[in-house]
Amino acid sequence: MKTRLALIAIAAMLCMGAAASDPAERLADPVKEAHARSLFRQIRCLVCQNESIDESEAPLADDLRKLVRQQIVEGRSDNQIRQFLVQRFGAFVLLKPPFDLGDAPLWLAPFAIIGVGGALIAWRGAKPLRLEPPLNDAERARLDALTQAPPVSAGDDIDGFDTIPPRPRLTKGAQA
Amino acid sequence: MTAELGAFALILALALSALQAGLSIFGRVRGDATLRGAGEGAALAAFVAVAIAFAALMTAFVASDFSVANVVANSNTDQPLFYRITATWGSHEGSMLLWNLALTGFGACVVVYGRGLPTGLKSVAVATQGTLALLFLGYTVFASNPFVRIATAPLEGQSLNPILQDPFMAIHPPILYSGYVGFSVVFSFAVAALVEGRVDAAWARWVRPWALAAWSLLTVGITLGSFWAYYELGWGGWWFWDPVENASFMPWLIGTALLHSAIVTEKRGALTGWTVFLALAAFSFSMLGAFLVRSGVLTSVHAFAVDPRRGAILLFILAIAAGAAFGLFAWRAPKLTPGGLFAPVSREGALVLNNLFLAAATACVMLGTLYPLIVQAVTGEAISVGAPYFALTFGPLMVACLIILPAGPLLAWKRGDLLGALQRLWVAAALAVAAGLLTYLLIAPRKIVPILVMTIGFWLIAGSAAELAGRINLGALGRGDGGQVWRRLRGLPRGQWGMTLAHIGLGVFVLGAACELSWRTETAQSLVAGQSMRAGAYTITLQGLNTLDGPNFSADQATLIAKPDHGAPFTLTPERRFYPAQRQTTSKVAIERRGATDVYVVLGDERPASGGQPAWLVRVFINPWARLIFAGPLLMALGGAISLSDRRIRLAAGRRAPSGVLTAAE
Repeated sequence: MKTRLALIAIAAMLCMGAAASDPAERLADPVKEAHARSLFRQIRCLVCQNESIDESEAPLADDLRKLVRQQIVEGRSDNQIRQFLVQRFGAFVLLKPPFDLGDAPLWLAPFAIIGVGGALIAWRGAKPLRLEPPLNDAERARLDALTQAPPVSAGDDIDGFDTIPPRPRLTKGAQA
Repeated sequence: MTAELGAFALILALALSALQAGLSIFGRVRGDATLRGAGEGAALAAFVAVAIAFAALMTAFVASDFSVANVVANSNTDQPLFYRITATWGSHEGSMLLWNLALTGFGACVVVYGRGLPTGLKSVAVATQGTLALLFLGYTVFASNPFVRIATAPLEGQSLNPILQDPFMAIHPPILYSGYVGFSVVFSFAVAALVEGRVDAAWARWVRPWALAAWSLLTVGITLGSFWAYYELGWGGWWFWDPVENASFMPWLIGTALLHSAIVTEKRGALTGWTVFLALAAFSFSMLGAFLVRSGVLTSVHAFAVDPRRGAILLFILAIAAGAAFGLFAWRAPKLTPGGLFAPVSREGALVLNNLFLAAATACVMLGTLYPLIVQAVTGEAISVGAPYFALTFGPLMVACLIILPAGPLLAWKRGDLLGALQRLWVAAALAVAAGLLTYLLIAPRKIVPILVMTIGFWLIAGSAAELAGRINLGALGRGDGGQVWRRLRGLPRGQWGMTLAHIGLGVFVLGAACELSWRTETAQSLVAGQSMRAGAYTITLQGLNTLDGPNFSADQATLIAKPDHGAPFTLTPERRFYPAQRQTTSKVAIERRGATDVYVVLGDERPASGGQPAWLVRVFINPWARLIFAGPLLMALGGAISLSDRRIRLAAGRRAPSGVLTAAE
């Protein structure tokens, strides 16, 4: 247990500091360098806690950066580089999972919730207003009696921000 | 001796929590005021007992009692007193004790401040609070006891992780945990309302102050943690979409949704079931957070003190508490009376929309956090879901939510006038677009999407200000009727101020986040003494290096002079610290704040230069408007605190004026 903790602590320490900006590592061409940096942010440092190789100072991240920079210089496409990394290290290395059928639930669920939730609210929300029954005679009589009584307390606010609707149900709560 | 006293107090607290739960429920069933009172007394006593246990552990740390295993693992005699004290909650065991302190503390608060509550509701809430305390205290006593002794005490302990030896990290956990655990009160009230079968405006009014308090504390806690990461991890990142951060963000999002839906329940008696659901969900997410953070099932930059075996027990506690509560909800919620009716375009409708977006955002964060676990369980394949995913899903959801936000407060209850609301907002919209255009012209390089996001930030600020201006009828000022404006300004309830401030704070945060993420610049160069580098509008010269001796570390400190193109030069002194107790090196960054922008300098490692002179790697970040990222959430929390001080809410939380209906109910 203690060694595990120590290892984690050491790993965490090793991974600290934005390392990718090290001048010793940089590519000469600023456009390619910027491209490399944007790619680094999508690639995970495998021995770190949760950092991209752009941020990590771990030796492994260093190696991965060299690899990616070299492949960029060789003119390989982003997809080729990603595929190469996944073949070597597995899908774990990509911080952004691919947008494919397998991972569709991950990508679409948040928006599906908006769609389904919105539809549900529209459907539920539309109903009660149409179904609101008109007052019957007894209710109307009671309303008349109530409205003729002097106002109790108008509340202390301008536009009703403050008022609680009176709930007659409260008075007959079955309390112990 | 102190350790035994602490262990005894902890076990006593466990027994008292059991009594608290049992007596309160028994008293409720029998309708016996004496039993109920005894249950409440047990709740107060449980808090006192945990406080004694906590004080005992702190004493052990202060006195460097190395016969206690937890002290050996997390402290040593070189550690300054302040960090010996804060090491009390630096470990897994200590942090769970802190959690228990907060949990029993809130339980005691329910007893003390809940005098005006209906007795049934209060008893069940106290009993629920007791049950939660029973679960977590049981876990602490049997699986995570901080008072375990070791047979032969070493002469010296190890040390608190050096990167935790920081003032912000010291106060971050207590505030964060108070927020996390504050939702337990809301949870207990929801359970009590379901048991009693009554959720109405009065219930929502009792719940709101607790939700507001927990939410405000959580906001401050998350902001402190984020600020700590910003200056301690050494590259200016402040949010990583890391599992531990997400774990605190999920209860925050749900808490935010709850604050808004509880308003609808309070003002209009509507959305009762949904509000109860959120009240249960907020603390369930807090417990999920405790599980994710403490079990280490997910790798994280912030995971200190993790233990997988204990994780299983925490998961079990989560399953019992949340499972029972949501089971109760499924059983009882259909019996709740539906409340007030409203048209789709209305204040209620806007708040429902807010809840829809926040719920989807929470689901998005949860999915992104747990998806790797799910995939691993199903296919055995390890995958990562990182920041790019959240930028593409959470981002658009929030953008949509923020665009419609300013219209919400302008709509009337029951049936609103959208066109009218938009008419009152056109000045704000024009201001926001103008500010966006100005940014586009002034900033380089020009990037379209971040500027659109910044325009939304301006829109939030201008829209919230416009709503406030409308409320105080600012237009009357132009007609020379300043008195009316003044009267209206004075008459505004504090809840109104709180809302406006929180929404403006959100806008401030959006501005800072968009600006910092898109226009942060980073320059790195190896410098020998006397050499200079250019970073943004600054020329930075390395003057020299000297060594320092701290209480428990030694450091190389660089002295750099930064000369802005306009204005006076300033000195920066970043350090590289070496902590011998843990053989760790940490970086102490130097930050100079210029307005809201930070000049952020990190001292890297030493490397041989060509001339034989030692050179040092110096990294300079210019983080434009970075301070807004932290100022925004603090404004939001301040808004929460101001709302909390509102007369109506104070009355609801405290002793209730014995007026009319509620007294009759008892």
